[in-house]
Formats: sequence, C-alpha cells, structure tokens
Amino acid sequence: MADAKEGGGLVFKPMDQFIVKPLFGDGPVGMFTITNVTFWMALSVLCIVALLVLGTRGRAQVPTRIQSIAELAYGFVYKMVEDVTGQDGVKYFPYIMTLFMFIVFSNFLGLLPLSFTTTSHIAVTAVMAMAVFLSITILGFVKHGFGFLSVFWISSAPLVLRPVLALIEVISYFVRPVSHSIRLAGNMMAGHAVIKVFATFAAVVWIAPVSIFAVTAIYALEVLVSFIQAYVFAILTCVYLRDALHPHH
Amino acid sequence: MEGDVVQMGAYIGAGLACTGMGGAAVGVGHVVGNFLSGALRNPSAAGGQTATMFIGIAFSEALGIFSFLVALLLMFAV
Repeated sequence: MADAKEGGGLVFKPMDQFIVKPLFGDGPVGMFTITNVTFWMALSVLCIVALLVLGTRGRAQVPTRIQSIAELAYGFVYKMVEDVTGQDGVKYFPYIMTLFMFIVFSNFLGLLPLSFTTTSHIAVTAVMAMAVFLSITILGFVKHGFGFLSVFWISSAPLVLRPVLALIEVISYFVRPVSHSIRLAGNMMAGHAVIKVFATFAAVVWIAPVSIFAVTAIYALEVLVSFIQAYVFAILTCVYLRDALHPHH
Repeated sequence: MEGDVVQMGAYIGAGLACTGMGGAAVGVGHVVGNFLSGALRNPSAAGGQTATMFIGIAFSEALGIFSFLVALLLMFAV
C-alpha cells in the first residue's frame, strides 16, 4: 500500500490488510454478513476436505502424492498426541487434528498475496482457545470430579510453598486461553505487518533492492512461523489435555 | 504542532513497549541454545525433546507477543 510520496514521506498502512469488509458490496458488517473472513475460512475448510477426504478416496496401496501428504499430516499429528498426552489421550485425537489442520491451512492461505489471514484476528483464535479451555476444564471435572483441583496443588513442593504455588497455578491456568489465542494471532499479525512495512520501503528507489530481498527473507521466515505456530497451538492443547487427564503432578 | 500530549504519550509508550520484545528474544535464544548444547552432548536423546523445546519457546515468546500487542493497542486503539 505504498502511495509513493505524500508530503515528502512514505505512507505506512501496514494494518489495512486486516480490515474486515463484506465480500459483496460495502454495507455494514452484521452478524451474518459474508465477509472476507468468512470466505477465507471457508476456503481453508474446502482445502482440508480436498486434501483429507478427496485426496485419500482412492485408498491406494501405493499412495498418490496427495494421499501421501494426507498420511504424513495424519501420522505427524497422531504421533504428537500420543507422545505428549499418552495412550489415553488418543481418544481426543480428532479434535486436535481438526484444530491443527484448520490453523495450518488458514496460515498458509494467508501467505498468498492479496489474501486475508483469518488467524490474525483475535476474534477467530480466541474462539478456538476458549473452546479448548472450556472443554478441557469440563473434561477434567467429569473425569476426576473435584480431584481435578489437585492440578493446582503441587504435592512434590515443600508444604510451606504450596499455597503460594497454588495461587500462581490458578492465575496461570486462567491466563491460558489468553496466551493461547494471542500467541497465534499476534505472530500472524506481526509477520504480515512487517512484510507490509518492508514492501512500503520498496517505493524508494535506492533502497528497493534491499527491501525486496528483505521481503523475500521475511516471507520465508513466515512460512516457517505459520507451521510452527499451528504446531505450538496443537501441542499446547495436548499439554492442557494431559493436565486434565492426569491432574496429579 | 499537531496532535496532543495524550497522543504523544501513546506513541512513546508504544515504543517503550517494544523493549519487551528484547526480553522475549533473550528468552527464546536461551531456550534454543541450551537445547542445542544438550542435544550435541547426547544426540540420541535430542529427537524426543524437540516438542518440549517448542513448548518452552512458545511460553517465552508469548510474553514478547504481549508487549507487541500493547504497542499495537497504544498505536491504533487508544
């Protein structure tokens, strides 16, 4: 969004790419308006369906390229759930697989030029993080009753320290959905804003080559970050799930 | 003279909030550096601990992201 020169200075609008606007026309954004967020979310869901449902429909003994990508993704997430949560957490694998695939595809589709990164909005990530937080808290209480509260009472610590640690644990427990959602949204937002800022510098002739090189390098970094943030979101869900299944430290 | 003192304060605060990112950078570097030094001593055990490393990175990075968020809020929301 580099409007060349205006009053001698560059015009930086790195946050304009995150504006939610209706897909058709420019009326107000209501509860059920089809916006660019809706569109890119639906597109990522369609991509996941194409990869995991249509791609593996052949069930070939020797997998095709798409099928082997789907198998790779499945095996990767399955192993992660099994390693972190243990054998009894495998039951909840579909939920974590859903979260992981949705975040990965939203992040990667957001890297396309002129696209919209749905995961850069806290409104989107907060829903996922709150869903994880609420379902895991309810699961803990269903599985262990009030014994779940022992997650805050660290029995391996000295008795004097335990009330202090319990307070810290309670605070950190309730900050979980906040940090869980803001980590993803903040990373996505920061990366895209940085790319836009460097792209703005490309309007200055003598700095343009450096700027274009920087955009390329940051883009490569963003591809890595997109994957790692989805991985981190999924693995933290696994860690929280392990806490709910085995609250005794 | 455009703007007012409140806006000036918001901009200065946004700049100051960005110093928190330095702390996150130190934290993430510390985690990865220690992981690497441990992994080079005992490479056979390293593979099973990469997940733990990423969890550590995520926790220390979150605080840097918080400071970035404060900066953004001061720039665009106040």
